[in-house]
Amino acid sequence: MVFGLLRRGFLGVTLAAGALGCGLLTSMPAAADTTLLNVSYDPTRELYVEYNKAFAEYWKTQGGDAVRINQSHGGSGKQARSVIDGLDADIVTLALAYDIDAIAERGQINKDWQARLPQNSSPYTSTIVFLVRKGNPKGIKNWDDLAKPGVQVITPNPKTSGGARWNYLAAWGYALEKWNNDEAKAKEFLEQIFKNVPVLDTGARGSTITFTERGLGDVLLSWENEAFLSIKELGADKLEIVVPSLTILAEPPVAVVDKVVDRKGTRKVAEAYLNYLYSDAGQEIAAKNFYRPRNPAIAAKYENVFTKANLFTIDERLGGWQAAQKKHFSDGGIFDQIYQPGK
Amino acid sequence: MTDISLRSAPQMRVGRWSLRKPSVLPGFGLTLGFTLCYLSLIVLIPLAGLILAAAGLGWSGFWSAVTTPRVLAAFRVSFGTSMIAALINAVFGLMVAWVLVRYSFPGKKIVDAIVDLPFALPTAVAGIALTALYSRNGWIGSWLEPMGIKVAFTPIGIIVALTFIGLPFVVRTVQPVLQDLAPEEEEAAVSLGATRWQTFCRVIFPAILPALMTGTALAFARAVGEFGSVIFIAGNMPGISEIIPLLIIIKLEQFDYAGATAIATLMLMVSFAMLLAINMLQAWMRSRHAG
Amino acid sequence: MPAETIAPSGGRPALREPLWLRLSLIGGALTFLAVFLLLPLILVFVQALGHGVEAYWDALVEQDAVSAIQLTVLVAAIAVPLNLVFGVAASWCIAKFEFRGKSLLITLIDLPFSVSPVISGMVYVLLFGLNGWLGPWLIDHNIKIIFALPGLVLATVFVTFPFVARELIPLMQEQGTEEEEAAVVLGASGWQVFRRVTLPNIKWGLLYGVLLCNARAMGEFGAVSVVSGHIRGMTNTMPLHVEILYNEYNFVAAFAVASLLALLALVTLVVKSLLEWRYGDELAASARH
Repeated sequence: MVFGLLRRGFLGVTLAAGALGCGLLTSMPAAADTTLLNVSYDPTRELYVEYNKAFAEYWKTQGGDAVRINQSHGGSGKQARSVIDGLDADIVTLALAYDIDAIAERGQINKDWQARLPQNSSPYTSTIVFLVRKGNPKGIKNWDDLAKPGVQVITPNPKTSGGARWNYLAAWGYALEKWNNDEAKAKEFLEQIFKNVPVLDTGARGSTITFTERGLGDVLLSWENEAFLSIKELGADKLEIVVPSLTILAEPPVAVVDKVVDRKGTRKVAEAYLNYLYSDAGQEIAAKNFYRPRNPAIAAKYENVFTKANLFTIDERLGGWQAAQKKHFSDGGIFDQIYQPGK
Repeated sequence: MTDISLRSAPQMRVGRWSLRKPSVLPGFGLTLGFTLCYLSLIVLIPLAGLILAAAGLGWSGFWSAVTTPRVLAAFRVSFGTSMIAALINAVFGLMVAWVLVRYSFPGKKIVDAIVDLPFALPTAVAGIALTALYSRNGWIGSWLEPMGIKVAFTPIGIIVALTFIGLPFVVRTVQPVLQDLAPEEEEAAVSLGATRWQTFCRVIFPAILPALMTGTALAFARAVGEFGSVIFIAGNMPGISEIIPLLIIIKLEQFDYAGATAIATLMLMVSFAMLLAINMLQAWMRSRHAG
Repeated sequence: MPAETIAPSGGRPALREPLWLRLSLIGGALTFLAVFLLLPLILVFVQALGHGVEAYWDALVEQDAVSAIQLTVLVAAIAVPLNLVFGVAASWCIAKFEFRGKSLLITLIDLPFSVSPVISGMVYVLLFGLNGWLGPWLIDHNIKIIFALPGLVLATVFVTFPFVARELIPLMQEQGTEEEEAAVVLGASGWQVFRRVTLPNIKWGLLYGVLLCNARAMGEFGAVSVVSGHIRGMTNTMPLHVEILYNEYNFVAAFAVASLLALLALVTLVVKSLLEWRYGDELAASARH
């Protein structure tokens, strides 16, 4: 039937498309000897562009095969969901441990993953800061200012964005500190902040664009690296960073996806890929892309880039990710209570 | 004709349970078989998988998953904005169809062609473009904002996006009917002393009403499920501007497959019911047209 | 007046609206279309060319953009012919025969059109995903469906499923079966009947259905977003690549790729209008009731 139609010559478009498609199949670039897929979250795009290049060169000097690293970026939860559903990631580099735990729970990654690499398997850290418009017209200095009426706060949706969960928990930690662990007060405080939120984008990048390009809001709660990057991309004459008095130590973790690397036979190179993140070169690249390096020597070198901040960790103050997730972000959790429809 | 039905008589005598009326034309078995196979493979089996997965929740599990306040609010947002957008399209779609059929003006051909744009323009592109237009520093937004009207990141933004998506449906269903309207009836009405407005209300409008309703229903059905163009402009606030398709995605990203399947199944049933209604409307339209 | 006798339907004052009403209706319709359709389209091109033609071109020949374009074309090249064959088969049995359950069949064919694209993507994940019904079997046999080309094609086929059929069914219904029956009586085979009698009658509707199907296939976002995996340079189609570029603050490139898609939409519309203009009578004859 198709051929009859084609012969009559009125499927030019489809025919041309088909020809192009066939041409494409044969002209696919010859694959490098090894390919890895790094499934990562939103703000790491620039970091891994640079790091992948460096690692490929390093791996060659180690006598390895030519290695090509493919990247996939998106919201942390979405990316974890894709890996759970069978996206062939050799490596996951996500925004928070809970998302990797979710993959581990379904058997793709061994449950002990976080102990396999130093420092909770997070080779670099970041924190949550405020990005405000130049001159800080609303005078935003600390978390309390976000709860004031008339201030518009931009943050992504904590249900879908890893960064937003760090935002939320940083505010929560501050509130607990301020009111001596009075959770009712903390909840009220968060409620006030979220009343000032006019848009909940699904990912960190969406929020940054809403704030910078769409001109909405007075303050953006953001990853520190993301804040630096948007100043670099969009101009220091428009934006500035405010570091609150207390904020959270965000530890984006990395892991090898055991099931996939064992099936593909890429475990060796995948592990080397993650280990190299801890090397001096890897740490330097992280620092250059505004992630706080773990290595003290490199950290000292970039001391003047990162503001000294008073940081708490999720483990010491909130009892770890599993507990925090369950309490705050599960269905009917504290975040849902804050967001009762009609409230 | 009689000859023909006689010729095919042996085939049809399967009994009174015969599935189809007789016809001499060949290829029924082949095309219907292929249609059913393809339909099953691409549409029915995957959708059945969805319903099976939802059935695994049990009735109470299903019910509690789709009646949480957040889900209910999202349904309200989705249906409310789609309804408003469909109504806007009903009014302006009728106007566009009327102008295109009845009047001539320079550039009419171009206007006629551009009506189909939302069919062809990718929804994500539409979403990004509309957001850029209607945000406070956009071409339209910067003009509306001083008047206190916020469009982007509010439910109004959703309505704008859904109006864009649904626009061609009303125009394209009303247009042919309007074109075929016999002028005699209008002339008769006029000669009986009716004013132009009376002629429109009593003669023209009833004739195009089924088409108008079908087009509006189609625009509504398409709007309820729309995702790509809405997420950029909506603001996505739970309970205020969070639509059902987004909520399904959010549930998936929280690894809540059960919740996502339950909501998706409910939506699927709603879509199916709406389509049945539309097809009945269309049957009505045809019978009106014929009679 | 002679003009009146030439144009009996539109020419009589009683059958026309007063000038002010006509003008305001035209004005209202055009304003509505300009705000809702034209402005977004113009914005895409203005943004895309905002940094000059060179930046525009660079964005399009960039490696990931090229592979996104290739992938999109490939997906459409598989999905559209499939739906074309299906559309012809379905409209043949629906329009030319009377049988039980026909309206149910039509409704089922229409279903993908009103199912949310998100759900269309999700059903394939439930079916072929690692934890889906067929997932474990696929892994054992090293077959990739979702997060690879087959998944993208399936999602696209699903979303564009009814386009050709919807275009053809009413057209073929209008034309009835007399011509075909006569041909059969004269001894033509089924294939000959289709090619010589039916096809010439429906070819323009068919072409337009294919064009729309193709435009929609290339532009689909929601469904492919669920099954793509978003691997740069591998499973990103053009609409997904637009989103990625947009998220990388690379607005010029995002709108440049978007403008290609918009251009595709425009070409579709232009071809359609050309057909209508060139074959206006033929079309009117076949599309009319």
